[in-house]
Amino acid sequence: MTVHNKLLSAVLLLSTVAALPAMAADEKKDASDPLAEGKAIAFDRGRGNCLACHTIADGQSPGTIGPPLIVMKQRYPDKAKLRAQIWDATVANPRTPMPPFGRHEILTEAEIDKVVEYIWSL
Amino acid sequence: MKLRYVLLAAAALVATPFAAQATPDDDLQHYREFFMKKFPGVPLEEFANGVYAIDATARENWEAIEEFPPYEPDVEAGKVLFETPFKNGKGYASCFPNDGIGVAQNYPMWDREKGRVVTLELAVNECREANGEKALKPFKGEIAQVLAYMAYTSRGNITNVEIPKDDPRALEAYESGKHFYFARRGQLNFSCAHCHFDNAGQLLRSDRLSPALGHTTHWPVYRAKWNELGTLDRRFKGCNEQVRAKALENQSEEYRNLEYFLAHMSNGIPLNGPGARK
Ligand code: HEC
Ligand code: HEC
Repeated sequence: MTVHNKLLSAVLLLSTVAALPAMAADEKKDASDPLAEGKAIAFDRGRGNCLACHTIADGQSPGTIGPPLIVMKQRYPDKAKLRAQIWDATVANPRTPMPPFGRHEILTEAEIDKVVEYIWSL
Repeated sequence: MKLRYVLLAAAALVATPFAAQATPDDDLQHYREFFMKKFPGVPLEEFANGVYAIDATARENWEAIEEFPPYEPDVEAGKVLFETPFKNGKGYASCFPNDGIGVAQNYPMWDREKGRVVTLELAVNECREANGEKALKPFKGEIAQVLAYMAYTSRGNITNVEIPKDDPRALEAYESGKHFYFARRGQLNFSCAHCHFDNAGQLLRSDRLSPALGHTTHWPVYRAKWNELGTLDRRFKGCNEQVRAKALENQSEEYRNLEYFLAHMSNGIPLNGPGARK
């Protein structure tokens, strides 16, 4: 990557962060606890909004479209498989309603990592 | 970066659970069976009531609201608008069969001459323009009031949308509406069918999803969320935007074809507009 490109992506990144002040604040607040941060992203209506479809822990008014996210470690011994499901659920099931969080850049790679940590802890 | 997906109407088609070569008549039968099997015991005409046909708790609130219908003043205002002559002395009645009374069940209608789908909303505005008046602004206000009155005079009439077999362009318009309905779009990658076919009856967070069957029978709708009356295209726009897709123009060819497809599916269901919804 050229210096120019690096600068450009730094500027782009900065402007993305600037455009999402609420999100930046959230991340700062929870920075000490990656699980709490993953949970915040998963529950946030504007980001993961996983509760729209899944029952998750103490999340309020969950939807019923997807299965409850429980005993994840047993069901996904391989964490990479869990990440792949969240990154693009259409790979496993082309008809799924679950949004492709990674492929469509709904969440950043770093956000997905945190969500995976949180979901895997359930 | 995200903008890319907002602007992109993802074309990936969700395979429909039904035969690819189906005619509109086959579709009508299959869709009806699909929903009647999914919601056993719900009579066909009940699907005009959207989510209230399948959610007893929500229905109770709705029935209480219908005792003092929030759209009533709009129906009255619509009647006045409908009966007030244009500057040239003519009125809406001159543009429609039966003077425009009790005709909503026949729309959208295929316009053979111009080779396009005509919704009731388009017919109302073209009537104005033909008589030297400006088209009414979209989504709400006077257009919704005129449509509310026309819907009200059509209550109880049976949805009867025709796709003439002798004009292949009509079938093409229907098929394009159907394609729109089953195609994924927006950053969140949903098709209309994901919510209103596959997951009808399920909760999306705290919203219960209504079945597609009956979706066109009760427009315009007074929505508590809008706190006013709105048109069907306003709802299309909202459902597009909630999946982070770019909404299309009011009465665009895509939305008219979409309405053609969606209304045909409800053939046989009585109209009961205007409606009240959450
Ligand atoms: C619009 C609905 C919807 C949303 C939003 C959604 N999912 Fe899903 N999810 C589903 C459905 C439906 C399934 C079932 C599998 C399928 O459709 O292929 C599923 C499956 C899963 C699975 C696999 C579960 C299992 O039992 O194997 C995981 C893990 C998962 N989702 C995590 C998430 C996370 C994390 C989020 C948010 C970042 C999320 N989902 C958002 C609908 C959704
Ligand atoms: C992510 C979910 C979702 C998608 C995708 C979606 N809708 Fe909706 N739609 C809703 C919800 C929630 C409501 C309000 C509750 C209800 O009536 O289903 C609604 C309501 C409606 C209504 C009003 C129903 C009534 O009884 O008045 C219509 C019509 C409608 N949607 C059409 C569409 C069309 C057409 C598309 C595709 C362009 C679409 N929807 C895509 C979630 C969705």
